[in-house]
Formats: sequence, C-alpha cells, structure tokens
Amino acid sequence: MNENTIKKPSKVKSTLTTLLLFLLIWGSAYKTDSTFEELFTGIPEIISLLREMIPPDWAYFSYITPEVLITIQMALLGATFGAILAIPLSLLASSNIFVSPWIYQTARFILNFLRTIPDLLLAAIFVAIFGLGLIPGVLALTIFSLGIIAKLMYEFIETIDPGPLEAMTAVGANKIQWIAFGVIPQIAAQFAAYFLYTFEINIRAAAILGLVGAGGIGLYLDETLNFLEYQKTTSIILYTLVVIMVIDYITKKIREKLL
Amino acid sequence: MSLHKQQNKKWRKWIYIAIIAAIYIWAFSQMPAFEIQAMAGEISRSILNGLFNPDWDFVYDPGGEDLLRGLLDTLAIAFLGTIVSAVLCIPFAFWAARNLHRYKFIPESGTFILSVIRTFPEIVMAILFIKAVGPGAFAGVLALGIHSIGMLGKLYSEAIETIDDGPIEALTASGANRLQILWFAVVPQVIPAFLSYTLYRFEINLRSATILGIIGAGGIGTPLIFAITSRDWDRVGIILLGIIVMVMVLDFLSGLLRKRIV
Repeated sequence: MNENTIKKPSKVKSTLTTLLLFLLIWGSAYKTDSTFEELFTGIPEIISLLREMIPPDWAYFSYITPEVLITIQMALLGATFGAILAIPLSLLASSNIFVSPWIYQTARFILNFLRTIPDLLLAAIFVAIFGLGLIPGVLALTIFSLGIIAKLMYEFIETIDPGPLEAMTAVGANKIQWIAFGVIPQIAAQFAAYFLYTFEINIRAAAILGLVGAGGIGLYLDETLNFLEYQKTTSIILYTLVVIMVIDYITKKIREKLL
Repeated sequence: MSLHKQQNKKWRKWIYIAIIAAIYIWAFSQMPAFEIQAMAGEISRSILNGLFNPDWDFVYDPGGEDLLRGLLDTLAIAFLGTIVSAVLCIPFAFWAARNLHRYKFIPESGTFILSVIRTFPEIVMAILFIKAVGPGAFAGVLALGIHSIGMLGKLYSEAIETIDDGPIEALTASGANRLQILWFAVVPQVIPAFLSYTLYRFEINLRSATILGIIGAGGIGTPLIFAITSRDWDRVGIILLGIIVMVMVLDFLSGLLRKRIV
C-alpha cells in the first residue's frame, strides 16, 4: 500500500478541543486559587486533622441516636409528602396522559424549576419562614423529593403500554376511570420503587440540613466542629454512613421484591 | 390447599400494612405540631415580593462582590472538581470492573470503597477540607473532586463491564501484555461513555457548587446565605434567578454535547 494514498484525518479539531479544555482548566484553577503548591501545603494539615479525628468517640454514639432517628423520620416524611404531591404532577407532565403540550410542558417547566433549587437553600428559606426545627427540614425535603419522583415518574409513564388505555377509551371510560384503571396498575410498582430510591437520597440530604438549622443530625455536626471536638465529629460521620448503608441495603432488597 | 395459600397471602398483606402503619406512626411521633407563626405570612410575602422584584444592581458591580463573579466562581469550582474526579476515578473504575479480574474479591472491594466515598456527603467533606486548607473555593474543588469519585468510578466501571470482549481476545491471542490490552482494546471502547458520564456529573456538581458557599467553600452560596440571614430578599431573588438561569443553560449545553458524543 502506498503511504501517500492514505489521508490522515485532520487533527485541527482535536487539537483545538484539547487546547480549549486546558484553557478552561487553567482559568478555573486561577479563579478558585487551586494550585499544587496550595495542595502540598494543605496535605500536612489534612493529615493532622485526620489524626485528631481518630479514634471516634464511642460513648457519643448512644448520645446522638435520638437525633439520627429524627433524621430518618424527616427523610421518610419528606419522601412521603413529596411522593403524594408527585402523583398529580407526574401525570400532568406525561405527554401520553395529557396530550396538550400546554399542560405537559408547563408541568415539566415547574419540575425543572423545582429541581434547580438546591435542598440546603430550600431549607434555609423555610427556616427563615417557619423558624428553626424539623418543620422547615421536612418541607424542604418534600419539595426536593417531589422534583425527583415526579421527573422519574413522568419518564416512566411515557413508556407504559398504550393497549389498556385504548381499551379503556373504547369502552367509554372517563378521564378519571381511565387513569385509575388504565394507568395506575401499570405504574404502581415502579412508583413504590422510585419512592424508596428517593427515601435513600433524602437520608443523605437530611443528614446535612441541620447545618442551616432545619433539624436532624447536621446540627450536631456543626456544633462539634465549632467546638473542635473532632472525635465526636467522626462518630457522627460514621453513624450517618452506617445508617445510610443499612437503609440502602434494606430498600434495595424491597425494590428487588417489588419489580 | 389453594384456599390455605390465599388466606396466607391475605395475612401477609395485613402484616405489611401493619408494619407500614407502625413506621408512619413512629415517623410522626417526633414531629412538633405544625403551627404557623404570626410572622410566617408576612415573611413569606416579603420573600415573594423580593423574588419578583430582584435587586438588579447586584448583577454587575465593578467594585466588589457581584452576581456574575459569584456565578463564575461557582462554575469554576464545579468544572475543576469534575476534572479532578474524572482523572482520579479512573484507577478505581478499573479496580471495580468485574470483567477485568480473575478473583471476585478484587472488584468487590473496589465497589465497596466507591460506595463508601459516594455515601460521604460532599458538604461534610467540604467542611473537613475547610478545616484543613482554610475557607475558600479550593476547599470546594477538593470536596467535589473527591466526592464525585464515588459516582463516576461506579459509572465508569459499569461502562468497562459492558465492553465487547472481541478486541481483548484478539490482542491476547496476538500476545499483547496487560497494559497494551488496556490501552488498545479497553480504552477506545469506553471513552464516549466516560465523557458522557463526566458531563452528567458536571451538571450535578454545578448544583452542589451553588450551596458549597453556605458553609464557606466558595462560590455564589456565600453571598446567598448572607442575603438570607440578613433577610435581604430582593438580593436572594436575584441570586436565585442567576442560579436557575445558569443551571438551566448549562444543563442544555451539556445535554447537546452528550447527544453528540453518544
């Protein structure tokens, strides 16, 4: 084969892409003051912090158990209220349930909007309205869960089998009967699975809401760090990790049974 | 026989219902009564008022802190955090990929470590990094960079698990060593998935970066939490608007890029 007949693909595009990428990295590093020098001076600090954090304060575990349980309760209630609100919203956002783009596009826009507001921020705003405590935490988690469940649900609803729906239309069912007997049976199991998944995410979110005063274990996290009681901080982190993993395991088992 | 089975099923249903009811009774037991404070209505009104009349002067202020600078910082934290994790997660991904190892315990240990990293909340990680390297955007970059390894490593390893074995077998047959197999048979197959997952993680990191400032790890969150605590609602309004616009625009761009890649 003659070498001249093979035309090498142009490298201009890939070179430019690489260049752009490096420019972006450099710009971001400059903006955030991230340098290797900073990292290397930071490493000994990180190591000494880790030394102070070990071992965890074992006695502290029983002390924070009530707060951990409250965190789980907040996550569960937030996921439940969010799931209840998600039922109408996800139906409205499905293009095969409500055919008019006005309805489903509006519902989707609301969902997108809700999902761009971070959970911690929602909690901070609710704390400003309702004062410190669990209520703002549960409300923030409700909105947060609503955004997740409704999005997952409408994407699932759009994939359901149209057969039963057509059959319902053919026998003259009204819209409510149509949804109750044509749609709901097809989506109930998946809905429960998404609810459990959101509950898992909520546990993680609930663990930090206390930082802005919205209840749960996060409050203690802040407190122990401010008092430089790092061994207690380690206890909190370990406890949270164990709770999250146990709940993940349980919900995973339930989900496997459901689907 | 079948009647017995049916009754058994009925019993089980009731047991499930009882368990769920007990869980919810327990969940509600600690909740304080939902009472609306006298101020709540007024505060809500002033919040809504602020959200609908944002403080446009804050968008650009050549002198000091302004919205555009805050958003740019946030973007930089999210971008750099994503790049750091995209690089750092590669060894973890190969460690956790089940089709590359002969013994089962190797990928299993990798998967376990990734799930521990994933479970560790990024905000907590950011607090720890602030204690170590001081408050600022750098702590945020490190927190996102380490936390994202958990998810990216898992997604990358799953991408590696779905590759076609053909090229690997062909290279093995022609006597390539492990490194050559990795480079010429595995890497070309997984690059598009890696890029797509990285962009997806960038979208998530951008949302996270907007709140890192609440605890002092840089970005738009710092002026935002100041505005909330000082009840400066028109400023909260403009910052929220800025965050929402930025997140939506970048989601759109990243979605376009992902469609081109896959």
